[in-house]
Amino acid sequence: MTVNPSGWRPTTPANEQGEAQTVTGNRALMLEEPLIFEIGSTEQTGVDFTPGPRPSPGNKLAGLERSRPIGLPGLSEPEMVRHYTRLSRQNYAIDLGLFPLGSCTMKHNPRLNEKVARLPGFADVHPLQPQETVQGALQVINELAFWLLDLTGMYGVAMSPKAGAHGELCGLLCIRAALEARGDKRAVVLVPESAHGTNPATAAFAGYSVENIPANAAGRVDLDALKARLGPDVAAVMITNPNTCGLFEPDMKAISDAVHAAGAFVYCDGANFNAIVGKVRPGDLGIDAMHINLHKTFSTPHGGGGPGSGPVVLSEALAPYGPLPFAAKYPDGSYRLVEEEHGADEHPGAFGRMVAFHGQMGMFTRALTYILSHGADGLKQVAEDAVLNANYILRSLEDVLDAPFAASGPCMHEAIFSDKGFAGDLSTIDLAKALIDEGFHPMTMYFPLVVHGAMLVEPTETESKAALDQFILAMRSIAARARAGDQSLKAAPIHAPRRRLDETLAARKPVLVYHDPEPAQAAE
Amino acid sequence: MRYLPLSEPNRSEMLRVVGASSIDELFRDVPEELRLKGPIEGLPSHASELAVERHMTALSRKNMVAGEVPFFLGCGAYRHHVPASVDHIIQRGEFLTSYTPYQPEIAQGTLQLLFEFQTQVARLTGCEVANASMYDGSTAMWEAIVMAHRITRRTKSVISSGVHPHYVRVAETMAKFTEDRLETALPELSAATDAEQLIASIDGETSAVVVQYPDILGRITDLAPIAEAAHAAGALLIAVVTEPVALGLIKSPGEMGADIVVGEGQSIGVGLQFGGPYVGLFACREKHVRQMPGRLAGETVDAEGKRGFVLTLSTREQHIRREKATSNICTSSVLCAMAFTAHLTLLGEKGLRQLAELNHARACEVAERLAAIPGVELVNDAFFNEFTLKLPVEARPAVHAMVEKNVLGGVSLGRLYPGVDALQNGLVVAVTETVTDADVDAFEAALKEAVQ
Repeated sequence: MTVNPSGWRPTTPANEQGEAQTVTGNRALMLEEPLIFEIGSTEQTGVDFTPGPRPSPGNKLAGLERSRPIGLPGLSEPEMVRHYTRLSRQNYAIDLGLFPLGSCTMKHNPRLNEKVARLPGFADVHPLQPQETVQGALQVINELAFWLLDLTGMYGVAMSPKAGAHGELCGLLCIRAALEARGDKRAVVLVPESAHGTNPATAAFAGYSVENIPANAAGRVDLDALKARLGPDVAAVMITNPNTCGLFEPDMKAISDAVHAAGAFVYCDGANFNAIVGKVRPGDLGIDAMHINLHKTFSTPHGGGGPGSGPVVLSEALAPYGPLPFAAKYPDGSYRLVEEEHGADEHPGAFGRMVAFHGQMGMFTRALTYILSHGADGLKQVAEDAVLNANYILRSLEDVLDAPFAASGPCMHEAIFSDKGFAGDLSTIDLAKALIDEGFHPMTMYFPLVVHGAMLVEPTETESKAALDQFILAMRSIAARARAGDQSLKAAPIHAPRRRLDETLAARKPVLVYHDPEPAQAAE
Repeated sequence: MRYLPLSEPNRSEMLRVVGASSIDELFRDVPEELRLKGPIEGLPSHASELAVERHMTALSRKNMVAGEVPFFLGCGAYRHHVPASVDHIIQRGEFLTSYTPYQPEIAQGTLQLLFEFQTQVARLTGCEVANASMYDGSTAMWEAIVMAHRITRRTKSVISSGVHPHYVRVAETMAKFTEDRLETALPELSAATDAEQLIASIDGETSAVVVQYPDILGRITDLAPIAEAAHAAGALLIAVVTEPVALGLIKSPGEMGADIVVGEGQSIGVGLQFGGPYVGLFACREKHVRQMPGRLAGETVDAEGKRGFVLTLSTREQHIRREKATSNICTSSVLCAMAFTAHLTLLGEKGLRQLAELNHARACEVAERLAAIPGVELVNDAFFNEFTLKLPVEARPAVHAMVEKNVLGGVSLGRLYPGVDALQNGLVVAVTETVTDADVDAFEAALKEAVQ
């Protein structure tokens, strides 16, 4: 099989359905698009400049001028718009349909958020402008912080972390600073085996060794095993609640009490806060630190993999150690960013700084816009509808797919299934790829690790009943095929822009950048 | 509630299917005494789009907009014109509302664009490979330091005094919790960088030397001697670039021998946004790629032999390796990387060079005019589009005085280095293509008055 170097021409004469090939490789609205390096030219530009001053004869570059070409192709504006528009059409997105990735909370991204974030007063403001010129920006940070504290029942919030995993790091560093402040060197962080991979990675990045705590048969943290492991070397326990099996930890308060009694802290991964926002407050569950993914619960766009934003709410015990800077409101109604300069007076326990500048302002404006749109009543309805939608899927599929925890009661915002009962060597990936052909993004696959061939389905509250019913129809059909051993599932997807891609080849011989063809060897 | 499609009849019917008599039955695992009985008290209820937009617009109007006044701030965030088509592209729902491309058959758009981004970043920085982006420049720099630590198995890094102080603070914060040791110093208001001191401080324990190019005072210096000295001692050179437009005109760090080049990509395509979200750039040598953090898009073929792209080398990452991962990073900054790559594609090499030349010519002109103000000295011999002035007075009050004249006239070093007496008269001035003749006149007049 030849590797097509340009992506421009089809390499097979006809596909399995016997459809004739086109000379372009295009198929009506499905348009193939080469790389910019194959269509652009270093002599082309899509930008016209306003003439500047006449360059003075000399320059101030100290002899460091570039002498070699860079190799950056340019496109005119129409070509550029077409290039990216064509690429965009090869992407699935929430705007196109249900995107049930478990633990990712792919909800609708309101367009008012985008409009507000682009107001010049937010988008065109420099982070180091004098503070008297950015009072509105600081007020946004402060108002959002106020909401996050009220919704979680916590004491303080660090707004600057750039994403969820960065928030985890912030929370663990607060814990470490609090322990060190009392002269307590503890080296171990306990993480349930069902945790998202960022939890153990973050604990290691913060200098801790990581130990697993097992789950019980009901998919919850094994409280007795946890209690047995607690001791003077344990700094923190990282819990995800609702957990990655889509279940609320009913013993959460007892877990927190046991952890506190052992002198340690409770970190909660807030990835699944969407299930409980407005229904129960993490502060009431004894949690000491929890990050909030603004791109999950509070609808800021995922954008193909970031940017995220991960403010961390903190208990009274940890708040004194939160990082700089933060936006504070003063009695005269003014706002001030407390940076290193005043940190020693106003926030002496700060463990340091997580980022240059002050955090993901563009996400703060979007999240606050979303929160104000929903209000306290709407956010409660968000959690209720998210949970109702997930349970509707759970109960509509449990007769055709193994649902390991369905017997123990309702799920929260996501439903989990396993590949038990699939015939032969058919597995979760085959169902997932067939779902692509039916017009849906697959669910989270093979995670959490505690369920064999896990399928974690999180519909979110922004799906209509009609959308859920169509998804259920597709799932029932594919599940029946998988149980019957329909080998054609192995070929799925067949209607996507690409068939299954060779990930082994990509990892074995990594090609991470484009290499211009050598002129003499182009025919190779 | 405009974002919630379920109607009351829908909810009733679905509850019936689920077998629950009420929604609260679905929350039965939450202990009843902890469950909130109604909406949280003291918080407002839902609001119309019109009402929310009014509130947010009113807040936005309390800020001074960079584009509405003479504006000369830099220090890690730069104001360049972003063509309208760039924002249009990143607002396409297929990009905006997609997720990390875990299902490559239906994410070729994002994956190809990231492959193009990686290639652009590698070429611009003069490196062999680049990743699909980090959170921002400051976090990318720390990741580079710990990557060098993994490669060299040494723990000491020397950070140039010319590195952005926020970046240094981030690294110092993280180093408190790891075994890494950092050496750094405060910058001096001089034309010479600390290249000689850096070279002198390299020894057999040094893992990496970290330099910023152009540096926090806008200075540029040849990195080749530092790279040679580092390599001779078995250490790596990490270069930090906070103004990538500069690389359209001046030599890339990779060309001068840097092993890892990290940076802040904000100045191409992203905009100011009060500090975030931005996009961290991360590039290195191919032989070190398995020690690199972050997402990587790689080329492969599909089952029909057609070229396609996937996320690759994920065995470095947390979702596979858990506590043994190269980093805990999970998201990157893809939407901002899209803005970066779309803007750079629109510019092309020709446009980037023109843009860089415009910036430099304008900066030279402004530097000359401001340095002619009595008492004001230009610190730099060499610079790209940003330079430092030594004022005859403290710069912080001067900056505030200029605000009174509706001029945003640079960043005072007192803001960045509070309490450091030797730097209090320093004013860092950035000049981009957005600056008009009238802006320069207003700045010159305001600064003249402020230093009197």
